[in-house]
Amino acid sequence: MADLTSEIDVSANAGQGPSRKMVALVFVILAVVLTALQYMSLLPAALFRLPESMVPPFAIWLDAIFNFVKDDLGLLKLTRWLTEGLQWLLDATGNLLYGKRRWPNLGPIPWTSIAAVAGVIGYYLGGWRMAALAAGTFTWTALIGQWKIAMETMSVLVVAAPLAFVIGITLGIIAWRRPWVDRALKPILSVLQTLPFFTYLLPAVIFFKVGPTAGAVATTIYAIPPMILMTTLGLQKVSPEVVEAGNMSGCTKWQLLRHVYLPSARTEILVGVNQVIMLCLAMVVLTAFIGMPGLGAKLLAMMGSFKLGRSFEIGVTIVLLAVTLDRMSKAWVVKQPQHFEKGTPWWKRHMTLVLAVVLFFFFVLVAKVIPEAQTLGRTQNFSQGKELDNLIKGFLNIEAVKATTYFLRAFLNVQVLIPFRNFLLSIPTPALILLITAFALYLGGRRQGILAAVFFSFVALSGWWDRSVITLYSVISAVSLAAIIGLPLAIVAARTDRWSQRMLLVCDTAQTFPSFVYLIPAIMLFGITDIAVIFSILIFAMVPLVRYTIEGLRTVPLEMTEAADMAGATRMQKLFSVQLPLALPVMAVGFNQAIMFAFFMVIIAAFIGTQDLGQELQRTLAGTDMGKNFVLGICVALMALTFDMTLMKWAEDRKRTLGLG
Amino acid sequence: MTADTVISCKNVWKIFGSDPESYLAKMPEGHSFDEIRADGYIAGVKDVSIDVSRGEMLVIMGLSGSGKSTLVRCFSRLHEITGGTIEVEGQDIMSLSEKELIELRRNKMGMVFQSFGLLPHRTVLDNVAFPLEMRGQDKHERRARALEVVKLVGLEGREEYFPRELSGGQQQRVGIARSLAIEPDIWFLDEPFSALDPLIRREMQDEFLRLQALLNKTIVFITHDFDEALRLADRIAIMKDGAVEQCDTPDQIVLHPATEYVRKFTEEIDKARVVHAGVLATESDNGTGDPVDARATVQELARLLVQDGRDIIPVARDGTVIGGMNRAEALEILLEAD
Repeated sequence: MADLTSEIDVSANAGQGPSRKMVALVFVILAVVLTALQYMSLLPAALFRLPESMVPPFAIWLDAIFNFVKDDLGLLKLTRWLTEGLQWLLDATGNLLYGKRRWPNLGPIPWTSIAAVAGVIGYYLGGWRMAALAAGTFTWTALIGQWKIAMETMSVLVVAAPLAFVIGITLGIIAWRRPWVDRALKPILSVLQTLPFFTYLLPAVIFFKVGPTAGAVATTIYAIPPMILMTTLGLQKVSPEVVEAGNMSGCTKWQLLRHVYLPSARTEILVGVNQVIMLCLAMVVLTAFIGMPGLGAKLLAMMGSFKLGRSFEIGVTIVLLAVTLDRMSKAWVVKQPQHFEKGTPWWKRHMTLVLAVVLFFFFVLVAKVIPEAQTLGRTQNFSQGKELDNLIKGFLNIEAVKATTYFLRAFLNVQVLIPFRNFLLSIPTPALILLITAFALYLGGRRQGILAAVFFSFVALSGWWDRSVITLYSVISAVSLAAIIGLPLAIVAARTDRWSQRMLLVCDTAQTFPSFVYLIPAIMLFGITDIAVIFSILIFAMVPLVRYTIEGLRTVPLEMTEAADMAGATRMQKLFSVQLPLALPVMAVGFNQAIMFAFFMVIIAAFIGTQDLGQELQRTLAGTDMGKNFVLGICVALMALTFDMTLMKWAEDRKRTLGLG
Repeated sequence: MTADTVISCKNVWKIFGSDPESYLAKMPEGHSFDEIRADGYIAGVKDVSIDVSRGEMLVIMGLSGSGKSTLVRCFSRLHEITGGTIEVEGQDIMSLSEKELIELRRNKMGMVFQSFGLLPHRTVLDNVAFPLEMRGQDKHERRARALEVVKLVGLEGREEYFPRELSGGQQQRVGIARSLAIEPDIWFLDEPFSALDPLIRREMQDEFLRLQALLNKTIVFITHDFDEALRLADRIAIMKDGAVEQCDTPDQIVLHPATEYVRKFTEEIDKARVVHAGVLATESDNGTGDPVDARATVQELARLLVQDGRDIIPVARDGTVIGGMNRAEALEILLEAD
């Protein structure tokens, strides 16, 4: 991969042929001609779609490789052996958190103890508000009657997150020490980050058995990349003087790493921890698709049977957990050590630890006397599932709401979305590849153009072209709609400090929600329809769009807006000729993230029912068809990568042109 | 090299670039800094030969990018040199194994850094004790020693503070304490006061002189501030483009700048404050009457120089007359200052 791209780089610099724009234009014209020919039924069928017979059997080849690695190389034996260890760990956490009948047979820990300890940790990290949030989250979970499923989820999380942390930090250190490892790892990581999560799930199931072990493995692998990146970044940023001070203090290599580098990279490493936790939570919920019990599985079941009230409650629990974990780990990032005056007694120095231990055992004892403090029974919780259900259904039955959703369904779907989809499907394969190549060439450059052509040609060769196009259609329409709604919103918010901050807070919080919960409002409003799919992608993708637009507009240098004011520009003139052009590179990053999010969400939305790659991917989960699973996953990843590299390159070039650093 | 030479470096080169060793080997003699740069290499240190004697304070002065920090890092082998030899107490440091190098740093060398280089997650005491911890001293011993040094630099009562809770001057005191914790023979200071504001800088220089009077270490001190150099140095080495332009006592540098570059630095300097009577004394004619102290600056002798009628004034060091000072010459130095 590295060789390939460097070669292309060289050729890009060497040739001074026709300009990029001209070539892109020629491609577009060619594409139009091809499409026109197709409409006039003059195009040979082989040029419209690749004939079945010419599709190489990638899936079969991959299967052969997998089987070779799995059985002949004995990888399965190794992973099954690892499974045992993992199973043991998960059994232990399962016992402690929800009373699984396994070693050490101590659990379950009373919910009151966990809530109290969470509160103390929250107080230590972020004062009373954090304490209330942490303790409140766990109390809510218990009272609403979801303690057991939440703990099933947590029991996997507390194994997967530390595992991902350890593996990530180790690989990060190696990549930092050995530049060639770094170079080898970078492209793999960018593919891993665009690979749809279903692609993580099936190998996990095959190699690590269905259930919690596979869930834990998929979750761990999914959360590793950012930890590697943050570790490397943090270690590279350590000030050379601190390192020299360490060297002059006579550190050995190991001492230097342990006492100088790692503590100095604390901030980045902890940001990595935050990301690991959040990704783990997002993923562990999704492992419901491979039969992992817990919050995700329950949510899946409730949504499947259209029990909206209960779905909503579970959604709230997941969101609360996400917000708590995010806020606490972020507070940890900025937490600075405080000094104590000389002679402070031990218990005062370690007040929080003492308090946590005391409260923990206090509630353990309380639970012996009052069973409600241990677990809440089925009839004792405050779940309002039925009532909420009726409320939501009542709301949806209000004529105005009904009319609106119906209108959206009818108009948007029938008049806009379906014609657009059919149009995309009607474009001959080579024409669409040409169009995408032209897009990448025009915005990115020669290298991006060539890679886009290669990537989409592979998609065509994979034999999943139509489904890929439908995936693309969902992404494009959702992101476009998100832009139509999100951009004005962001522009208005960016006008004042107060609204910017509020909006950014909303975005920050929304971004921590595991993607799964975005399905809930979509299904609530639009039921099981195409619109629900688009809607769930739309709200998910809108978050980065709004956020980066606000940030882009807010970081336009003050002198420039002042200069515009002094030149007598109206608000609109200022916006369109000063602020937006300068904010565009940052907004492009937001667009890019929105597209990446959309590719992620569109696969999850397969649950609602789509006809795209996600649907096929989900189907493979039921079997052992790993070759097909990978081909599908790589199709999604390649499409996402095309946009990623093109937009990021454009944003970078643009930034440099504008002299914004 | 005399027995009392602590650091001796001969024809030291430090070249940065893709393959500096082979470049240096085939580089033509007398290649200038710019010519080397045109070849895609940077000469950090260019053919430097310098000796530092025991108990001496050598100040290396130069503007940023002149190679002074690079040179001091070669002395402690934080940088591997490209050519030449560096001997510390008679031992070629380039031949040391990693283990021996660590031993050398753990026992003989201390270094203070411009931006302090403190570990943010450790308290003052733990920062100071860090080198002791690295060499595996036990907890009580290193705590006792660290407390001692913290007291020496005047940070008593702040042992439990974290670096970010201290002012810049205090942070540098921690840096100084840390470098002294192992009782080094050789003390490197890389622009230790440059990051501090002028008032604090002055205070820290006084503090530093007090410590030096107390400890009498062999010191290599880096600065870009000529005044600071004059104030502290026994000898000053002025660097430009990686090479040493002149290495001499402050008096000699002020009186006889070797190059145009050095002369530019001395232009703005009040020479009367720098030049000592001892330097002006010549043995040919001792003069008559009461001698003046060789350690007095011309500035300090101003009143006497103006009022005294003698042409030649005797100069004495520790009670012994070492020569005579031409009053007219001394007056010239005094009056040159505007």
